[in-house]
Parts: sequence; structure tokens; C-alpha cells
Amino acid sequence: MVGTSADFVPQLKTQYRVSESRRFFKVMFSRWIVIFGSVIILVLILAAIFAPLLAPYDPYQINLVESIQQPSAHHLLGTDEMGRDVLSRIIYGTRIALLVGVIVVTVSGAIGMLLGLIAGYFGGWTETIIMRLMDALMSLPPLILMLAISVMLGGGLKNVLAALAVGFMPTYCRLMCGQVLSAKENDYILAANVIGASNLRIMFRHLVPNVFPPLFVNITMDLGFAILAEASLSFLGIGISPPTATWGAMINNGQRYLFTDPLLSIAPGMAIVLVVLAFNLVGDGLRDALDPRLRGRI
Amino acid sequence: MEPLLEVKNLKVIFNTMAGVVKAVDGVSYYIDEGEVIGLVGESGCGKSVSQLAVTQLIANPPGEIVGGEIIFEGQDLLRYKADSKQMRSVRGAKISMIFQEPMTSFNPVFSIGEQIIEPLMLHLKLDRQAARQRAIELLEQVGISDARVRVNNYPHQFSGGMRQRAMIAMALSCHPKLVIADEPTTALDVTTQAQILEIMMEMTKKFRNSLVIVTHNLGIVARHAQRIYVMYAGRIVESGSADDVFNDPRHPYTIALLKSVPRLDEERGRQLIPIEGLPPNLIDMPPFCVFKPRCSLASQCIGESDPELRQVGDNHFTRCHLGIKGEPSGNIPR
Repeated sequence: MVGTSADFVPQLKTQYRVSESRRFFKVMFSRWIVIFGSVIILVLILAAIFAPLLAPYDPYQINLVESIQQPSAHHLLGTDEMGRDVLSRIIYGTRIALLVGVIVVTVSGAIGMLLGLIAGYFGGWTETIIMRLMDALMSLPPLILMLAISVMLGGGLKNVLAALAVGFMPTYCRLMCGQVLSAKENDYILAANVIGASNLRIMFRHLVPNVFPPLFVNITMDLGFAILAEASLSFLGIGISPPTATWGAMINNGQRYLFTDPLLSIAPGMAIVLVVLAFNLVGDGLRDALDPRLRGRI
Repeated sequence: MEPLLEVKNLKVIFNTMAGVVKAVDGVSYYIDEGEVIGLVGESGCGKSVSQLAVTQLIANPPGEIVGGEIIFEGQDLLRYKADSKQMRSVRGAKISMIFQEPMTSFNPVFSIGEQIIEPLMLHLKLDRQAARQRAIELLEQVGISDARVRVNNYPHQFSGGMRQRAMIAMALSCHPKLVIADEPTTALDVTTQAQILEIMMEMTKKFRNSLVIVTHNLGIVARHAQRIYVMYAGRIVESGSADDVFNDPRHPYTIALLKSVPRLDEERGRQLIPIEGLPPNLIDMPPFCVFKPRCSLASQCIGESDPELRQVGDNHFTRCHLGIKGEPSGNIPR
């Protein structure tokens, strides 16, 4: 028997409301490479927290008898010229690296983006003053700028962080300002004005989520670059002072033995590569997950 | 009775590199409570700008409102600063707008529901749950099926027609006194246009708000508007009841506009008569009648000055030196 015509009407599948956070995570971790990056970051964070438990030796323990040793069962990555265990120093270096990356990006990003948002949204004199100031900062090569600031402030972790933050800030400001300038011309911003939303509301609720994706890429890249920049400053001897285990200083130390014992530089170098890679991968995943067009599919 | 909104001698300019553009040059109109008026004219004649000026949404710089009064519910809105609290409490709550491009009028990162909820929480101070319920009701009223599910959708999951419906829902959410629809159907296909207009008129009746339809589509205003203002080069060149303007047009521009629109019920093969030439440069306007360079009756016109708006009938005004009478039967049937 032939069914009634109603049988041939396709039924709409009932859509269940999936919570936003579930969608977010589903898109974010839909690619294995993002999972890979997240795992590396997680491992690094754990390594930083539990460094005293994980490190086989005290990273500052000088033991000249065992200096410049090849990898062995006792010292998995060998020892440096002072006989300090390289693996332990890398594990402790994670602390400085993550600290530098996170704090520099947070501070420079927050200040830079806020200034850029204000400049882009209000335009006119506000924009001119803020952006010319940023131009002045950008007119110097970033490394020279950071060098000058740390020399002015003196060494030490706090001052290095401040110097790096100032050096990284103009990019955020520029990027944000440009993004806001174009995004504020959108009809939906006019529509937000029409419903009577305040300037603050339009800026933070309507503009920021729309202009954020490109800034996100910058943030993830800068997490790596900040670590690199800190390493450069340490390398030049105006960064974090010597006994502290930082990857940059370790590479610097190792360069003297590059031909005889390359692992001294390569091991901390690999650590930097791994961190930068991991942050980039996770940043990629985050960008996808923040895009409602991709999230909507789930 | 006091009109709901009375705009008197509004002047808006734009400062550009080439000079000062007089986008709106002394426009006056009014709208009563519950009334539907149409504002017609070609692109760039100042229709939209004059409407954005009402809620002071002209970007400054380069735009600037340089004169006039906008009296809404007895208060001159131009006395308030553009981003003052008073102005913000008028926007959305008392005067709201529907835009031409439903595609870009929604913020892509928020769900449709979220965006209808926003003004409800802002102006009516509803809590999130109540606002959400109200948003669903509104979406149902504008004919979105399965509104309970659709309310969570993002703008890109809506078609153009649906977005415009949602836009109407958003515009009417706070029961505004006045809705300004700026070319609400231009971006839609013809069948959807009819549906959207139908819904707009139905909602207008239900919510008892006044409606300004800004359009270059004469058919729309012919059918729905009670009174019509015809704009040209930043001025109103003719105004009157829809009957008067369509059946007894007194300005050569109105007559020419009507002649350039195709009709279904006329003999086939009639050539449409375009209006020759281009609108005048708004930076450098002629000292005489702004329409004279394109006017088919220019040779008969002896007026050297810029004509004033003068009364030619009951509530029927025209800005023309010639006391012409239009063809007895206008071009578009009502």
C-alpha cells in the first residue's frame, strides 16, 4: 500500500540545544594536532609546577668533577660546564619561560588592545595621539627598544618583563585599531547604536568579539616570541641574571661548546621550539572554536 | 493634536575633501501617532541621512547636523548630545530602525535571540529569562516557525527574509512609538518583499506605532503609506496624501518618477520614460530650482529663484514655480 502524502514530507530533525561550552570544546579538539599541542602545553605547565619533584638534580648544584658530560643514565641530557644537570635546568627553565610568555602577552596585550580599541572607536584626536605614540615605539627595532628599556631599568625578572611588555605592545595596539576601524563601520554596529547601547557596551560586547580572531593569532605567536626575546636579552647579558635557569641563557652558554657538545644548546633550543609550536597549534584550534560559523555546525 | 515627530528645517552637511556636501537641505515633515508615511526619492537624495539624523546617528566627523529642530513627543532631540543618556534612552526604546541589509545588520558572533534580548534587557529591564521568552514570542509573531529552536541560531543560519523578520522583531521589541524602515525590502526578492511588508504593516497595526517607510520603490508606499514625501537633492519637492501624490502630482519630478515605473495593467510595449541627466552636485547647488536642469518643462519655467514649498491643495505641497496639474490618473493604482 502506498503511504499517505504526509509520509513523504521530510520531517525537521528536532534540534537540541547544545551548550556553548560543549560546542566550543568539540570544535577545538576536533583535530588531533590541536590535542597534541594542548598535551604539550599541559605537560609543560605540570613540569613548571612540579619541577622540584621531576628534576633529578638541583639545577644550581655546581659539580665541577662532572662538567661537560655526554648523556648517560645518570644525566639523561648530560651536564654543562659547571657540571649542572641539563635536564633539570630545562625543567626549571620551563617556569621562567611560561612566566615570561604569559605575563608579557597578558600585560602587553591588555594595554595594547585597550589603547587600540579606544583609538579605533573614538577616532579623531584620541586616535592621533595614541597611534603616533605607538608609531614612535615602533620606529625602533623591537629588540633595540627592549634592550634600551632593560638597560634603563636594570636587569632582573620584573624589569625584563616590563621591557618585553612595552616592546610587544605597539603591535597589539596597531592591530586592534585597524580591526576596530573597519569593524565599526558594519551595519550591526549601527544597529547596536539604534537600540541605544552605550559606547562601552558597543566596544566590549559588540566590537571585541568580532575583531578578536586575528589578535588571537598574534597572542599565540607572541607567547613564543616573548620567550625568544627573553632568551635574546639573557643572551646579551641584560636579561635574567646568570645562575637562574633560563633557556635563553642555556643556549648562550652552550654555544661555546657547539662543536664538541652541541646538545647543550640544542636541548634548550628544542624546548623553545616545542613551546612555540604548541602555542601555535592551540591558538589555531582556539581560533576555529571561536568562529561561530564553524561552531554552529555542531 | 501635536504630531508624534515633527522635523523642522533639518540641515545635515558632510565635510569632504571636495567641499561641503549639503546632504539634507532644509527638510521639514511630520508624522502623527499611528500614521504610516512614505519618503521616496532616488539614491543619494538624502532620504536615509535625514532619517539617521532623527536619532543622531550621523557619523561626526564627517557628518554634522547644522540646523533645524527634531521635535519628538514635545522635546527637541537636537538639544541632547548624540551619545548622551537621554538620546540612548530614545533609541531602541522610543524610536527604532529597520535597515536595508538584513545580511549585515546582525552581529555574526551572537545568536539571533541574544540580539533581540539585548534591547529588552537594556530598556525594559527584563531579566534574561523573561527577555528570552519575549524574544521567542516576538519571533513567532513575525512568522518564524519553530521559534523556540530558531532563537538559538546564528545570523548566518537565517535566510535574508528570515533575518529581516528577526530585524522587525528586534525593532519592535520595546514597543517603540516610531519605527523607521530604511529601504526594508530592497535586498529581498519580490515574493519575500510582499511578505515582509505584510508583516510590517500587521505589526504596526498591532503595536500601534508610527512607521516611516524610506524607499525608492513607489509601489510600496502607494499601497501602504497614508502620506508621502518626495525628496530630491536633499529637499522635499512634493508632499501630500498618497492619493494626491499619485493621482494628482504637482511637481515635474514626481510626474517623471511615476512615468518611469512599469505597470502590469497598461498596454504592452509602452516605453518607460527615464529621467534624463543626473541629480545636481550637492556640493555646488544651482541658485535656481534644483530640478530645473532635468525638468521636461524647464522651457516653460520663468522662475529664476529657488522655489519655496507652496500649498496647492488640502495638505498638498509642491516646490515648483509652475502651477502644473498632473495627469488626472497617476501611474500607480491605489
